[in-house]
Amino acid sequence: MQELSSLVERALAEVAACAGLAALDEARVRWLGKKGALTEQLKSLGGLPAAERPAAGQQINDAKARVQAAIEARREVLTREEIERTLAAGKIDVSLPGRGEGRGGLHPVTKARLRIEALFQHAGFEVATGPEIEDDFHNFEALNFPPNHPARAMHDTFYFPDGKLLRTHTSPVQIRAMLERGAPLAVVAPGRVYRCDSDMTHSPMFHQIEGLKVGEAVSFANLKAMLHGFLQAFFEQDLAMRLRPSYFPFTEPSAEVDMSCVFCGGKGCRTCKHTGWLEIAGCGMVHPNVLMASGIDAERYSGYAFGMGIDRLTMLRYGVNDLRLFFENDLRFLEQFRTL
Amino acid sequence: MKVPYSWLTDWTAVPWDAAALGERLTMAGLELEALEPAAPEFSGVLVGEILSAEKHPQADKLRVCRVATGQGEPLQIVCGAANARAGLKSALAVVGAVLPGGLKIKAAKLRGSESAGMLCSAKELGLADSSDGIVELPAEAPVGAALRDYLRLDDAILDLNVTPNRGDALSIIGVAREVAALAGGKLSGPALRPLTATHSGTVAVHLDAPAACPRFAGCLVRGIDNTAPTPIWLRERLRRAGVRSISPVVDVTNYVMLELGQPMHAYDLAKLDGAIRVRFAQSGEAVTLLDGRIAQLKPDVLLITDSSGPVGIAGIMGGARTAVSAETTEVFLEVAYFAPEAIIGRALRWGLTTDAGQRFERGVDPSGQERALARAIELIQSIAGGAAGPLTLAESESHRPVRPPVTLRRAQLARLLGTEFDDARVRGTLEALGMRVAALPEGWRVEPPSHRFDITLEADLIEEVARIIGYGAIGERDALAGERVRALPESVPSEHRVLEVLAARGYQEAVTYAFVDPQLQQQLFADVPALALANPIASDLSVMRVSLWPGLLLAALENQRRQRERIRLIEHGARFEQRESVTCEIDTLGGLACGPRMPEQWGLPRAMRDAVDFFDVKGDLEALLAALSVHAELRFEPQEHSCLHPGRAARVLRSGKPIGWIGELHPSLVRGLDFVHTPVLFELDWGGLALDRPAYREISRQPQVRRDLAVVVDESVPLSRLAERVALVASSLLRDLRVFDIYRGPGIEEGRKSVALGLIFQDFSRTLTDDDVARLVAAVVADLRVTFNATIRE
Repeated sequence: MQELSSLVERALAEVAACAGLAALDEARVRWLGKKGALTEQLKSLGGLPAAERPAAGQQINDAKARVQAAIEARREVLTREEIERTLAAGKIDVSLPGRGEGRGGLHPVTKARLRIEALFQHAGFEVATGPEIEDDFHNFEALNFPPNHPARAMHDTFYFPDGKLLRTHTSPVQIRAMLERGAPLAVVAPGRVYRCDSDMTHSPMFHQIEGLKVGEAVSFANLKAMLHGFLQAFFEQDLAMRLRPSYFPFTEPSAEVDMSCVFCGGKGCRTCKHTGWLEIAGCGMVHPNVLMASGIDAERYSGYAFGMGIDRLTMLRYGVNDLRLFFENDLRFLEQFRTL
Repeated sequence: MKVPYSWLTDWTAVPWDAAALGERLTMAGLELEALEPAAPEFSGVLVGEILSAEKHPQADKLRVCRVATGQGEPLQIVCGAANARAGLKSALAVVGAVLPGGLKIKAAKLRGSESAGMLCSAKELGLADSSDGIVELPAEAPVGAALRDYLRLDDAILDLNVTPNRGDALSIIGVAREVAALAGGKLSGPALRPLTATHSGTVAVHLDAPAACPRFAGCLVRGIDNTAPTPIWLRERLRRAGVRSISPVVDVTNYVMLELGQPMHAYDLAKLDGAIRVRFAQSGEAVTLLDGRIAQLKPDVLLITDSSGPVGIAGIMGGARTAVSAETTEVFLEVAYFAPEAIIGRALRWGLTTDAGQRFERGVDPSGQERALARAIELIQSIAGGAAGPLTLAESESHRPVRPPVTLRRAQLARLLGTEFDDARVRGTLEALGMRVAALPEGWRVEPPSHRFDITLEADLIEEVARIIGYGAIGERDALAGERVRALPESVPSEHRVLEVLAARGYQEAVTYAFVDPQLQQQLFADVPALALANPIASDLSVMRVSLWPGLLLAALENQRRQRERIRLIEHGARFEQRESVTCEIDTLGGLACGPRMPEQWGLPRAMRDAVDFFDVKGDLEALLAALSVHAELRFEPQEHSCLHPGRAARVLRSGKPIGWIGELHPSLVRGLDFVHTPVLFELDWGGLALDRPAYREISRQPQVRRDLAVVVDESVPLSRLAERVALVASSLLRDLRVFDIYRGPGIEEGRKSVALGLIFQDFSRTLTDDDVARLVAAVVADLRVTFNATIRE
């Protein structure tokens, strides 16, 4: 059996020396295959006396088992080494940019407008729209602007040769909504409006949103609550709000809406011109003449209306300090607002 | 409107300092726009009296003055002003004084003569923009008094924004009334001497348009000296109110207008020809105004005329012919009431805005003429002397504006404001505003004062009550929720989601003007009529856009100029189409893509680095439509368009209905507009973007079988026709048809192309056999051979 043990030693040495899975497999065939060196040993059993055969057979099987175990162990090592080699070769630079199309986005004013619409929709208002080319009736007359009234001159209206005009505010949608839907109703009307004015703080085209609520017991106190609630929700701040008497032909009483400055919290800063207040909207109770012009019984119903500049709300919300940026469409500007 | 604080205190007690007053007025509807000091900071300036003024021994233009300061020896002051003369009281800055701008006055030697201070001009003290010599103070000015105290310069000017409904507040008295109402005080103006006539001269006045001018008070003042200096206190008040001093008569008319809100006019009697007549203009008439401009008149312009024609536009501006000058010795004063309707809108025709016009068009107190006249005559006489004649009053009683009483119901007040005020407070507030109030069972009967033109309805009174008590006194109250489920039509996609589909594909939303450059629009849409503005803000923003493309193209060019290579823009807005001379506003989604197909990145196949073409953008539109409908048929029909490449333009049809356009910009425009890359444009009617409600269709459980065919056809055969035929012949068993390659080149004849089609078959009820499929494919092949002269590539 001297021979057997030296065979095992040789086999084990060969297995240990195998550098790859293929070589190992060859070694396995060479030693343990059908014609392998150790398998051949079993064939020699026939030449032994019957009494010795079991013991010799046992010895050969043990030897095969030892080599088999060594092969398995080696295979495990080599497999692991091979996986590690592939992993090392497959390593990528995860800091390289991802592939594919970039993301665009919505215009900041649209982004703010959609948010404003959603806030009012949650409060029970419906979104209404109207034409941008309006007639005198809807833009002025039905809103209680008498002909030639100085309040008209303040509107810097763009006219067309036929007397039609570009709406100067979203208020005509109030009239259209009331004429079409009647009372009670609650609508907001966002859109583009136009005034013949252009400088640092004025654009000939800008955005407004109009709100109108008409019902049997709609009051100034309701208006205050709605506007204050809206401003707090839009700016997600605990803002103070105050209403100042003002004049609009289509509301009575009328008010300008100030909110505490969103930048300094009312302490006074450049944005609020050190007053602590920012003028943010105009509002009031719908003038009885307007209700009547819109076919609504002013004795039975009352209503409130408000109008706000969406551009201004957007500027304050996102810290934009120049209105003109909204209309220059510089991608470097627009891309800053691309989030959902 | 500029209101000096000190002037206000002549008329009512003001319990607040200027800042607090501004705040109080703001919260009552007269918004404080600015609060300015009446004079800049300076100190050490006294009233000095020039005792003597000798020529400087070394300088012709300098004088050496001895100036009394009220204590100690007179000071020697060297002065260069021509009006420095003995006896004059002026402003003396003594050594140690600090003038506006921080100039410190030190003892100095001027050409060898000591000067212990400086005599100051109004300009040097920040009291005027320009001055002619040193300040001239009246003889009664107390020598040695601080100039700031003497001229009450520690005064504040409140610049108030008066809304168009409040003409009554365009005066000191008007603001004082408001202050009195807010403070619970009384209005108490300077006592007025009644007008006493000392001669009988007058000018006759005829009211030919009594509705437009129902009241005209006049008075002839003789023997005035219009060269007399206007006293400094009056000039100071004018200055603080923002009005220049001109001559005694003009200064007084301005002063009375500012103080009482009643504009007035003075005619030089020497230039007036006969009686005055107030009438509307005849067509073709013209008048030369005070400022020299010639105003052409329409028949709705109210005129003041004499026998020779117009002498002024009523309530707006006087004429040059009868203007008062330094030589004037006799003036006829006009104090009239003109109805707002006769004044409104006229001045703007000549580009004018005048203080008088501003007041008349908002409403001047129709009962205030006599008072204003008396005040003016009193002031003129005190400055320029003269003798007043009797009051001329032309009046048409029946045309005087009336203020009908208005009923205020307690319940309506509470309903509209959402809060209740006690009766005494309501009544007190209205009375404080000069209203006559009588109690009624349901509330009050209120007679507005003559100066309030804005109180005609109950709502007006409610506003007055709320405004004076303060809007802050009204609490916030949530409305009772009307619980009602509102419609949410599924067919209307949210704007946000539609835009988001494209945003996720790299498009950035833009907002461009709705008016565009007519030249650019003409270049793009030569045959499309556009609506032009009558008063555009600029010539390149003068026509309404017929498409969103002009704006998007300009925006793209601007970004290209800013070195952007890859530009993808969309816009959602109206375009304005003229259809049979009716303008239609069409809600539109427009888009533009130009530059590389993908953002610059590593590892892109070569083809993906090219510039975008038609099919990239078509893919975007298909993705958008896929988000709106699972089954709707989308077709792209080749059609020429004025600004698109004729071979690369298509009408977009959804279920057979045209909803828009897509195409590459015409090469000549690409060149003409200097685009580096060809922009691909699309425009869809927003109305075409309805959402189709998904509806379940049964899914086949049978296996599907795919057969690929390479069909060689003429270039002219569009895929759409090929696909139509295949679908027709392959019957309902064809589940899907894919195009996976288009090949031209070696092996394919010139003018033909090989289209690789993947046909996917599936039945609902059984597994298709190879024979079934082979039959279908054979039928398709046979049909394509016949229909398109197709050959099949193996």
